Amino acid sequence: MQLSRPARIALRIAAAAGFAVIYVPLLLVLLNSLNPDRSASWPPPGLTLHWWSTAWRNAGAREALWTSVRAGLGATAIALVLGTLIAFAVARYRFFGRGTVSFVVVLPIALPGIVTGIALNSAFGTVLQPLGVGLGLFTVVVGHATFCIVVVFNNVVARLRRTSGSYEEAAMDLGAHTFRAFVDVTFPLVRTALLAGGLLSFALSFDEIVVTTFTAGPGVQTLPLWIFDNMTRPQQAPVVNVVAAVLVVLSVVPIYVAQRLSADTATASRV
Amino acid sequence: MTLVEAQPAGPAAPAGAVRRLAGALHRRPRLQLTLLLAAPLLWLAVLYLGSLTVLFVSAFWTTDSFTSEVVKVWSTDNFHELFTTPVYRQVVLRSIGVALAVTVLCVVIAFPVAFYTARVARPKWRPLLVVAILTPLWASYLVKVYAWRLILSEGGPADWLLKPLGLSGPGYGLPATVLTLTYLWLPYMILPVHTALEQLPDNLLDASADLGARPGRTFRSVVVPMVLPAVAAGSIFTFSLSLGDYITVQIVGGKTQLIGNLVYSNFELNLPMAAALGTVPVVVIVVYLLAMRRTGALSSL
Repeated sequence: MQLSRPARIALRIAAAAGFAVIYVPLLLVLLNSLNPDRSASWPPPGLTLHWWSTAWRNAGAREALWTSVRAGLGATAIALVLGTLIAFAVARYRFFGRGTVSFVVVLPIALPGIVTGIALNSAFGTVLQPLGVGLGLFTVVVGHATFCIVVVFNNVVARLRRTSGSYEEAAMDLGAHTFRAFVDVTFPLVRTALLAGGLLSFALSFDEIVVTTFTAGPGVQTLPLWIFDNMTRPQQAPVVNVVAAVLVVLSVVPIYVAQRLSADTATASRV
Repeated sequence: MTLVEAQPAGPAAPAGAVRRLAGALHRRPRLQLTLLLAAPLLWLAVLYLGSLTVLFVSAFWTTDSFTSEVVKVWSTDNFHELFTTPVYRQVVLRSIGVALAVTVLCVVIAFPVAFYTARVARPKWRPLLVVAILTPLWASYLVKVYAWRLILSEGGPADWLLKPLGLSGPGYGLPATVLTLTYLWLPYMILPVHTALEQLPDNLLDASADLGARPGRTFRSVVVPMVLPAVAAGSIFTFSLSLGDYITVQIVGGKTQLIGNLVYSNFELNLPMAAALGTVPVVVIVVYLLAMRRTGALSSL
């Protein structure tokens, strides 16, 4: 389609406006973390790094960050194991109910988080409470792992579909047994898919708030819970601003890693 | 795994055992499959589907209004209340309206952006533009909502920007909620539309022009029908993510209530009612998915 010159210019302006809408709020968060005014008045009366050092010494934010990292690592570890197992079953075997399995894997992320959240909360309450186990970090990890399985599964199954089973068969024809073929042939093939899936899963867990609200025990506060809790407290506003700015800066890291890993993970959406 | 790791350097006896185990497994594909699926299915079916089932069953239970204890007697009272109470009906309709408005806004904004990134921008720049669309998806959900809380705050950037025009920002409320949700889910719409536009064969557009169609006509008769499945695919994200949201509304929605807020506020004292309310977004999303499946959206996800 040959677009007229005015049409091209109009599209260029519209796209520029679109990208501005996407990025201006994020830049604003960065700028606001340097706002010396406690109540974030606009426009900022000056720039200061004072709140950054305040935030660095904030025990609550630090502890929340550490909790989030532990929850993310735990959930990712479980999701990597379970997601890979399902991916192998679905990609390499034909069995009754294969379609249903792929559907059930997607369900935890397709349904609203609040439904998953209250379902898990009441299940934990019914099953764990009689055993004397309350909600804690452990239940957060279980909740997160449930919806992280799908991202590992998606990445690994896509890789397995593109690499046929003939490599493993060739290895076995050459005398390798099942485990040997896995270690020497299959695992290297799926390694980057595992890395990408693990990265996505960690990011998903790190950012989650709804399921976390319902599965975190008293005293367990992930970073999103901490931000949500402190967002409306004027006392904490400058520290929240800095934490938000840090998260905006950190979001570049996974994009960079995904780009390095492979071209196909970069275009794969988070869900 | 320990067996496998020990295998290359290990002594002959364990290596033989590993080989025998591998052989035994190799001859039993059913057993392999069972071993692969046992753990994940136990997790998903028992833990997840089990909890969901109990939740939906509990929607048919009631709550003792004095003790807040759940009474496990089958009744459809909750659903009756859901359909007859005007407030509930209103909130349900408002939530669906918000989800649809967000979806429409996302399509309207996504189309020109995707058209530029897929067909107007120099091919050299296109991968970088895709990354530019993707990057905000990695920024924290909460931070993005917080950004809009700052923008729309009283005397904040929105007010400041509109003041010279004699206007003021929308403040916190329903429009702010729609705006923020649109911002949050926009990349999920731009990406599929971009991919569809990029894959649009040039010769189809040329053929349309050769047959005498002006660009406007080609756009309506060729481009739009071919991009529609991608729009439907993107709308699944924008619609269902908006429908289930209750955090954004709490942060920028003022006193606005959506289904999620009702579920949340009923959760502590009246779990059966919360469960009944929770079935609403699930049913609406499933109906929406089925409707979108007819457009071929699910296969282009």
